[in-house]
Amino acid sequence: MLNNIKSILKSFFLLEIFKGLSITGKNLFKKPITVQYPEEKTPQSHRFRGLHALRKYPNGEERCIGCKLCEAVCPALAITIDTEMRKDGTRRTTKYDIDLFKCVYCGFCEESCPVDAIVETKIFEFHFEDKNEKIITKKELLKIGDLYEKEEIKDRANIN
Amino acid sequence: MQTLHSLYNILVDIILIVIPLFLIVAYVTYSERKIIGFMQARLGPSRVGPYGLLQPIADVIKLLSKEIIIPSGANKNIFITAPIIMLVPSLLVWSVIPLSETFVLANINAGILFILAFTSLSVYGVILAGWSSNSKYAFLGSMRSAAQIIAYEIAMGFALVGVLMAAGSLNLQEIILSQSGGFFHWYWLPLFPLFIIYFIAGVAETNRAPFDVSEGESELVAGFHVEYSGITFALFFLAEYMNLILISILASIMFFGGWLSPFQGTWLEIFFDWVPGFIWLSLKTLIFIFIFLWLRATLPRYRYDQIMRLGWKVFLPITLIWIFFEGIMIYYNIEPWFSYVK
Repeated sequence: MLNNIKSILKSFFLLEIFKGLSITGKNLFKKPITVQYPEEKTPQSHRFRGLHALRKYPNGEERCIGCKLCEAVCPALAITIDTEMRKDGTRRTTKYDIDLFKCVYCGFCEESCPVDAIVETKIFEFHFEDKNEKIITKKELLKIGDLYEKEEIKDRANIN
Repeated sequence: MQTLHSLYNILVDIILIVIPLFLIVAYVTYSERKIIGFMQARLGPSRVGPYGLLQPIADVIKLLSKEIIIPSGANKNIFITAPIIMLVPSLLVWSVIPLSETFVLANINAGILFILAFTSLSVYGVILAGWSSNSKYAFLGSMRSAAQIIAYEIAMGFALVGVLMAAGSLNLQEIILSQSGGFFHWYWLPLFPLFIIYFIAGVAETNRAPFDVSEGESELVAGFHVEYSGITFALFFLAEYMNLILISILASIMFFGGWLSPFQGTWLEIFFDWVPGFIWLSLKTLIFIFIFLWLRATLPRYRYDQIMRLGWKVFLPITLIWIFFEGIMIYYNIEPWFSYVK
């Protein structure tokens, strides 16, 4: 009975509504948390996994030896590799394709690589205008690798 | 010649009211999005123009250039007429609103009656729009909205009856004048419950949150105007916001002394003597518009049966009791309340 009267009085004096209004009223003067994307960006993790790249040694020789460990470990079957014997007797890839639609950016390829050839960069702003562009080839990967090398040097300098 | 001259004057007055009104509606939509945005820790429109200030103009251009789609099973004539029926009454009511000491388009004796008559006409627009669309969502939305408007019209009417009992007049200008004497002489104090009920009923009348079941996105898509697009939709939109401003301005006229200065009778009076009455009226109205937006940002939608319960079982009895009480007070001239009734 007493509770009943209490709740009737509560709703008559609009207490709950005023409580709610005070919360939204306070929020009106708080700073919005919106990030205006193209002009502002959220900070990125050091371990961010974005677009792939193939690295080279400082002397210009490509690192990948075509061991196909990444191809084997890839959970999404996104990597396709063909290899051949070069004239100097080493094994190099003739084809290194990554299907970016299949890729789940798990970073296993990076983990499994014995020579640190395949890496994932921090690039995440990329798009395709044609369906066929979803497969990036060895040539493109090496080009991204050159970019990555510069970024990496900068990043390490920042950490130290 | 005389009639022609006065006709010309009236036309100028109409333009003086209608054009600013449309601009205000445009910027009420902008401030609504901005204020609700900030209350939800967002920014609101910020891309078109500085601080998104040109957003309403972009919206108008978009709505005007869109195609009017008429559903194949719709009754074409009524479908086109419904938004006009919706808009015209909400525009007409502005003719009796006293915007300052001297500026009223039509200072008629039965001002409140005129307002009540025309605001209740807009329900026909809602019903016809929902029925002629030949869509189940639109039909359900319009039925809900019609029932709701009728239910709250009564509570609102009774709340205004309280005001005219206190003022002893139906003329809006006289109602304002009878409130003169400063902040604590306005009717909000003696008629406080009626003021609260008037405002809540006003929110329900305009079909705005938390009483927007007739739109109810989650169950009815957009309610009675689902099938409307382009300019026909814009008319509904315009009518809704015009009603919002109307309810706010009426609240400030009936309960907050209209264009009267709040400092009347205090030592501050001479300092604010230069402020025109129109400014006071718009300030009060802006506060009420802000409360409308604030409510929308805060409250979730009422359940439909609870809305009907609130209207019929709570508001109606309270207003009746208060009017009865007020009548006794006036009859016996009891001091704190109705001593100033002539």
